[in-house]
Amino acid sequence: MLSKVAEKLYWTARYMERVESTARLVSVYDSLLFDLPQEFDISWYNLVTLNSSESLFEKEYANRSELNVVKFLLADEANPSSMLSALNMVRENVRTTRDVLPYDYWEMVNELHIFARGNIRQGIFRRARHKFLGQMIKGCQQINGSIMGTMSRDASWHFLRLGRNLERADMATRLLDAGAVIQILSEAEIHMLIGQVVWGNVLRSSSADLSYRRTMRSAVRDCDVAAFLLYDPHFPRSLHFCLSAILAAVKKLPNSNEVVEKLQRILKTRYELENSQRLGDEFRDYLNQLQLDLGGLHLQFSQTWFSLEQKDTA
Amino acid sequence: MSIDWNQYDPQDYFDELIALKGVPRQSARHLVQHLETLGGNELESCRQMAEATIKEMGVSFTVYTEEGNIDRAWPFDIIPRTISARQWERTAAGLKQRLKALNLFIGDLYDQQEILKDRVIPRHIIDDSKNFRPECVGVKPAHGVWAHICGTDLVRDADGEFYVLEDNLRVPSGVAYMLENRAITKRVLPELFQKDEIKPVGDYPARLFDTLMSLSPRRIKRPEIVVLTPGIFNSAYFEHAYLAQQMGAELVEGSDLVVGKDNCVYMRTISGLERIDVIYRRIDDLFLDPEVFHSDSVVGVPGVMRAWRAGNVALANAPGAGVADDKVVYAYVPEIIRYYLNEEPLIANVKTYICDDPEQRNYVVEHIAELVVKPANESGGYGMLIGPHSSRDEQARFVKLINENPRNYIAQPTLSLSTAPTLVGEGRVEPRHLDLRPFVLQAEESYVTTGGLTRVAMNKGSLVVNSSQGGGSKDTWVVNGEAN
Repeated sequence: MLSKVAEKLYWTARYMERVESTARLVSVYDSLLFDLPQEFDISWYNLVTLNSSESLFEKEYANRSELNVVKFLLADEANPSSMLSALNMVRENVRTTRDVLPYDYWEMVNELHIFARGNIRQGIFRRARHKFLGQMIKGCQQINGSIMGTMSRDASWHFLRLGRNLERADMATRLLDAGAVIQILSEAEIHMLIGQVVWGNVLRSSSADLSYRRTMRSAVRDCDVAAFLLYDPHFPRSLHFCLSAILAAVKKLPNSNEVVEKLQRILKTRYELENSQRLGDEFRDYLNQLQLDLGGLHLQFSQTWFSLEQKDTA
Repeated sequence: MSIDWNQYDPQDYFDELIALKGVPRQSARHLVQHLETLGGNELESCRQMAEATIKEMGVSFTVYTEEGNIDRAWPFDIIPRTISARQWERTAAGLKQRLKALNLFIGDLYDQQEILKDRVIPRHIIDDSKNFRPECVGVKPAHGVWAHICGTDLVRDADGEFYVLEDNLRVPSGVAYMLENRAITKRVLPELFQKDEIKPVGDYPARLFDTLMSLSPRRIKRPEIVVLTPGIFNSAYFEHAYLAQQMGAELVEGSDLVVGKDNCVYMRTISGLERIDVIYRRIDDLFLDPEVFHSDSVVGVPGVMRAWRAGNVALANAPGAGVADDKVVYAYVPEIIRYYLNEEPLIANVKTYICDDPEQRNYVVEHIAELVVKPANESGGYGMLIGPHSSRDEQARFVKLINENPRNYIAQPTLSLSTAPTLVGEGRVEPRHLDLRPFVLQAEESYVTTGGLTRVAMNKGSLVVNSSQGGGSKDTWVVNGEAN
């Protein structure tokens, strides 16, 4: 398979995942904010922080209103990680890799793209937002589902898996970090109820609430949520699940020894999560290191398979 | 309101669907009846459905404008154009005959040049040809075939006969649109596929694949075939991607390929360099290899000509095949057919005046207001004069151009291109001019598409069918039944 095509597939999956996770995130926040006491300082702006897009946002918008944040996250094409930008990138990447994807894939991406562009206003204003985002999520799932039953598990498939799971792993660490930030900022005033709301929200943002309850059989507590989203071996959005999926995919690809070693190293380092202790700065440092590791993985993928400067064996 | 066929008037032109006012041709009988049963609303909703389908399927072409490149939806008219199967059989035989002769001709030019020695074609026509490539002399491509894929433009004159207007032997495009037009029509007018025996068109990609396979220099089970595209900004990129997908071939750009010291071509893959056998190139000769042609080409592959000359990779079409695309050479094709095949041409040329010949040039200059003057080596309908629609100044300018460089011009009578009913408003149809581009393959065997791509001039009275200049297209049905 062509290096260039492999890279595009990888990005297709990453952006596809980004479209879905952004839609999910906005949708979950929508209902969360109804549950919190008015005086509690958790705002839409947290979503901007979560994506590390503060400087870009400040450059473009005068205030941090709901309208501005939602516009920035969903519709703003100057924001490269907005839902619409990500969908544009999916379309561009698929347009140039149509030859390796099932035929329906391109058509569905196109449909979703047309739908999103035509109805984006519904996402910005509150009344129709929930329905619109629901349709976007369904659209993403339809696209991802379409390849389950039709696509060969060849190299193309594995590169899609790499992209999807790296993006998910990254999102898991970001969601936990956002939870930890709120917890630290509001240490003094936080009480059980709000802790429940915040960490419950972290779970819902990954659609993990149901699996969490069934697996952990405990109330929503910071350490348990972190343990679940980081190390649960069965939940498809947990860090370890994603890394194991990447590992499985990588093993099927050529020249993968170094990548395999690196993955195994990352999988080995675990943070001691004890129920007595609160998740504080130390935990955030750990998450930060994880994000650096994930960035390092991306670089290694790129050097191993995407780089055009390969050894001339001819 | 549904279509009132008694209001439809093709005047003196040959109409593809309507023989006489209110009387459809045999091949279009069911189609015309069916359209009549649809109300204006239904027709309109069919049209909208086609439009939405095109958007969803992402059928597009790129237009270059001052504001940048725009990816435009493919303009499509839902009313198909029909041809009777019997007539198509004759035409297809003529197309195969023509390509066979042209390939013998190209091979001869790059070898012994017998046809010039026998003075069938004046030597200076070839010596002065922009598309004759000395780099190709002495090369012997597989099966002796240079132009493997040809997109011949056919027109129908008022007499109802097909004439060849152009042979496109370089990188003809449009076949993906032919296939997509059928896919759209099946969704929009599904009822008709039950009533009529409409011949399928879908086997083209498989036949193209077989053609390319048979060119592989290595006799291995799975030769590596790639489609070489100049990239996403090329107007036909959609087609390049479509054909690669349909054939299961890799779609590559110049930067994905590298030629080794061993004069073999490799592509950069996730497991390193992999050798390739056949390149279906959709890049013009002059951009193909910066080592040999334009040295500043960024879309080409340095060294690919070395590899081709060494016989380590096949190029389709072969470099240099465009020498037969010259419109002056075109004028000699009937002679070429007689010379190499000892047969009479089955499809005629459009009457063509060669300005290089003094007598014919005089005729052209005197009758310039009635003729269409074309430069010998342009495509896409550029740089020509349409006499009846031109001003005296333009005519004078062309007379000057012709006298300065007679070798570079030909002239043809203004054709009365045939028409077909085209939807122009809710429930309203009017005749619009069209042509037909069938695609012909040749390697070990020959193949002609069933019908081809019908291009329509969407503007009233216009004869320009190029999609870059306001042309649209129609699905083309070869229908079993009595001859027209």
